[in-house]
Amino acid sequence: MFWNEKVETLPEKDLQSLQLRRLKKTLSQVENVEFYRKKLKNAGIRPRDVRTLDDLSKLPFTRKQDLRDGYPFGFFAVPLRKVVRIHTTSGTTGKPTVVGYTKKDLRTWADLIARNMTMVGLTDRDIFQNMVNYGMFTGGLGFHYGAELIGMTVIPSATGNTRRQIEMIRDFGVTAIHCTPSYALHLAEVAEEVDTHLDSLTTGLFGAEPWSEPMRKELERKLGVTAYDSYGLSELYGPGVAFECPERDGLHIWHDCYLVEIIDPVTGEVLGEGERGELVVTPLVKEAMPLIRYRTGDITMLYEDDCPCGRAKKIARIMGRSDDMLVIRGINVFPSQIEHVLLGIPEVGNQFMVYVDRVNHLDEMTIDVEINRNFFSGELQDLARIQKKVAKELRDALDLRTTVRLVEPGSLPRFEGKAKRVIDRRGDTL
Amino acid sequence: MGVDSFVIKQISVFSENKPGRLAAIAKALQEEKINILAFSIAEADGFGVVRALVDKPQRAHEKLGKMGFNVAFTDVIAVQMKDEPGGLYEIAKILGQGGINIEYAYAYSGKGGAVLILRVDNTEAAIAAIQKGGAKLLESSLFQ
Repeated sequence: MFWNEKVETLPEKDLQSLQLRRLKKTLSQVENVEFYRKKLKNAGIRPRDVRTLDDLSKLPFTRKQDLRDGYPFGFFAVPLRKVVRIHTTSGTTGKPTVVGYTKKDLRTWADLIARNMTMVGLTDRDIFQNMVNYGMFTGGLGFHYGAELIGMTVIPSATGNTRRQIEMIRDFGVTAIHCTPSYALHLAEVAEEVDTHLDSLTTGLFGAEPWSEPMRKELERKLGVTAYDSYGLSELYGPGVAFECPERDGLHIWHDCYLVEIIDPVTGEVLGEGERGELVVTPLVKEAMPLIRYRTGDITMLYEDDCPCGRAKKIARIMGRSDDMLVIRGINVFPSQIEHVLLGIPEVGNQFMVYVDRVNHLDEMTIDVEINRNFFSGELQDLARIQKKVAKELRDALDLRTTVRLVEPGSLPRFEGKAKRVIDRRGDTL
Repeated sequence: MGVDSFVIKQISVFSENKPGRLAAIAKALQEEKINILAFSIAEADGFGVVRALVDKPQRAHEKLGKMGFNVAFTDVIAVQMKDEPGGLYEIAKILGQGGINIEYAYAYSGKGGAVLILRVDNTEAAIAAIQKGGAKLLESSLFQ
């Protein structure tokens, strides 16, 4: 189902001319922001130098730190009286990042959310419980207005009081929920405890933190929903930037609103389709806070193949953060790649630890991985074979020789919060 | 005498190659009052397999498994050797002529003579060859 079929399935040529027109407009808007005036001047670029979409790569990047430095309103391109809402992102270190919206921004944002929710089959017949924070976090109000725009019956339940949430799902016959995947698991567990079946649920929209395919299966089994991945960040309005369609193989990013590049996070070089790197977005329709080449820090890639649903190019589910990236002998390695390889080898577990050392001026990567209890035959040669297999598959995937150490089952650390699987000891020897 | 009576259950324990692992295994067996009749350690790149013949293999398996060790049973056979020059040759010759490949072996010698413990590629064929060759196989009931 489409919310706006014409725009969602725009032929490539039309899409590109729309993007170029909007990019030029965005460039004229950022003239109102001192940061960009200076930045573009220093780079020797005048807005009129951008004549084609390829010229985008000449423009400087915008980083999260730049936005922090602009606290509070340094990146607003319109007078404050035109700004009708402010959200902030939690600042774990230092100041939060402030984002502002004009009336038109809020309409555009709600429209994007409506596209996503319609794409997965939700309509005005659905009853939608929005179980995320309704305060400064963009996930609450963002989904709220999108769902209302479709005409859904919206329950702004926000977070907390899980038993009450379960009661409402049951009593109101809720069909669709939105929350973080970890909260959804908690919800399922509590529902089990209080012996309540959430039979009315059909659709689960999960986002705001990365989650895996095994987690999808778990959520679908426990909640009886079809689970969809939702991607967004406050700097680009909030949720709604990209979303899975019913194919559930990659996320549709809305190319008429967001100009997408994938770059090498170290060199800044623009990468091609199918190449993994950092997502860089130039929003094309934002009024209050236009941005140029915003570095999201999220690692993904553009799909080479088109989607049967008829919408434009997808990006892969987020594979990690560029901050987690390791450079080993000049090759970029993401811990998520290692995880992915291990998931495909039944003889070993999914837990791992990575150690990076510098030996004779060369980077050496050692990966500890647990042998799977059920695959231990008692024979040394079988273990050696498993060790070789893991090393080979890692070499094929990473293009890098690594040392694989088999360790006893259950011996590696388990992480409840953010996993710290990489120990880089290269600094120790210098 | 059935072939099965000569098949001995060896316990094989996966162990990382680091200090204290053997002590942990040995302590666990002591706690269960399990006697080790013969044992060896095979070492590869960073890990090893501890192999042992014990008097109560099932109990050893359970105890070590509960402690988190990765344990498996492996079928081996034990052959009586003459404790004198040529004793090993006699047995090895029989196996070689019988086309039996030895994957690994370890031995002990004591008051009761010398014993060779063998892991071979084909246990049944090895038993038949050894019996035909006139050497003496030890029954598993002697150990377990």
